[in-house]
Amino acid sequence: MSTMTTPEVMLLPPDANHQRKGIRLSRLAPLILMVSPAILWLLLFVVAPLVYVLVISFLKRGTYGGVVASFNFHNYLRICDPLYLNIYILSVIIAAGTTMLCLLIGYPFAYIIAKANPRNKNILLTLVMLPFWTNSLIRTYGWIILLRTDGTFNTLLTCVHLISHPIQMLYTNGAVMLGMVYTLFPFMVLPLYSSIEKLDHSLLEAASDLGAEPWRAFLRITLPLTVPGIFAGCIQVFVPTLGYFFISDLLGGGNSMLVGSLIRNQFLAARDWPFGAALSILLIAFTIAVIRIYNHFSGSSLGNI
Amino acid sequence: MSGQKKTLTYLLKAAFVTLIYIFLYLPITMIIFFSFNTSKLNIVFKGFTFRWYSVMLQNTGLMSALWNTVIVAVSNVVISVFIGTLAAIGMFRYEFKGKNIVDSFLYIPIVIPEIVMGISLLAFFHIIKLNPGIITLIIAHVTFSMPFLVVTVRSRIAGYDMAVEEAAMDLGATRLHTLLRVTLPIIAPGVLAGAMLAFSLSLDDVIVSYFTTGPDSTTLPIYIYNKVKCGVSPDVNAMITVIVIATMLILFVLRTFETKNSKNDQI
Repeated sequence: MSTMTTPEVMLLPPDANHQRKGIRLSRLAPLILMVSPAILWLLLFVVAPLVYVLVISFLKRGTYGGVVASFNFHNYLRICDPLYLNIYILSVIIAAGTTMLCLLIGYPFAYIIAKANPRNKNILLTLVMLPFWTNSLIRTYGWIILLRTDGTFNTLLTCVHLISHPIQMLYTNGAVMLGMVYTLFPFMVLPLYSSIEKLDHSLLEAASDLGAEPWRAFLRITLPLTVPGIFAGCIQVFVPTLGYFFISDLLGGGNSMLVGSLIRNQFLAARDWPFGAALSILLIAFTIAVIRIYNHFSGSSLGNI
Repeated sequence: MSGQKKTLTYLLKAAFVTLIYIFLYLPITMIIFFSFNTSKLNIVFKGFTFRWYSVMLQNTGLMSALWNTVIVAVSNVVISVFIGTLAAIGMFRYEFKGKNIVDSFLYIPIVIPEIVMGISLLAFFHIIKLNPGIITLIIAHVTFSMPFLVVTVRSRIAGYDMAVEEAAMDLGATRLHTLLRVTLPIIAPGVLAGAMLAFSLSLDDVIVSYFTTGPDSTTLPIYIYNKVKCGVSPDVNAMITVIVIATMLILFVLRTFETKNSKNDQI
């Protein structure tokens, strides 16, 4: 789950600036004691592994799956192979489709919840989050029960004679998209909800007093003011979709190979770590680019990268 | 006319919202429903039974997966709370060189795709010769949970006037005493929220666990992932049902506890 959080304004005790120059060891010691475990942890298990991945992305695959030290750009050139191009195109289509669907369903949904009366609002919001306390893989398994050829949907549809033969629902791109929308839906709803809730209601009243039709007021006021929420929601759905290999694996079978499954296979099945590392670096670069674009357009910042 | 129109929009809204909630709850409901099915296949409901709940207890693979999941989640919460809370207080209270860099480090695990974190840890554990198992799993979980803890606790402190700390020390309290009696009670709700978040992140994770688990440290999601392709037996459904009910109960208790606390705050 990659929830993005806006860094909060840092408040400092009033004397911090005064003493900055002459920090004595007695003042420094508690700071080191408090912050260094976290810093060491992050250096060891976040920075070092990522640097290692960057390094092996320039190396060569060994005969038995290991890594051989020989500097080259081969892995990055291989990314452009038409064989893999189709995988990226399919991934982007599915990720974009998932994002659009989440937005189209999520916006009216978040709007209705944000405008509900305060007591219901909390209950409605909790009800959105509640299923997400159950593991996403378990919920994906629930979809398999529903979508299988002999599953609940097909059985029900055959019983009411809407279809004569079970139709293929599982192992299709549609099933993958459904699973993605289902899993990432709250990541769209939460930012939308908070941006709609913050909306100054008097603006809409002013618009209606001045004779604006409700739909016009929505297009000219509500929608532009909630753009940051829309952006944040879209990023939080689009980026994870590229990496959620277990959903495309379980609901798409062999039929939909996405970037996530490709990376997984390089590390576990094909044991071509350098190529998998190059694909991962590309995914990081893409993520950073998306976040930068977001920061540029929204004015606020999503992390300091 | 206008009244009728209002009723109509209300009904439409209610229908839409209800449909979304059905969509959100359908998969879990199906799993629970089939845990009471006499048939071994999760296809047609043949009859009602509790049999799978006793079968579940005898399934050693499943029980050890549950045990591993709990161990990892609890260790993750303990370590993340300890490291994360200290860092949050330290970073809030002191200004130091390189604070921006630490901030960036904290945001990396929050924003990078989980699969990248998974493979980078897999590769890293391989070169430092740490065999995949329960230890690597706990390390991985702390790595993605701890930054969230720092952020949660820090946003909680930001709302408080820390002059009370100085007041305590002026009145003769030692640093340790101030930390235990003044600072910690103030940030306790933030720490509790962070701990809950860390626990739920741990329970929900599939991707990072997939890359850092070993053959002896299978957690529940990994167990199900391995079984799903060749068919899951209903005792797994029974286990999921127990977990879902337990989670709801814990959340309910914590929520009542929280509202009670916030009422006390207001007085």
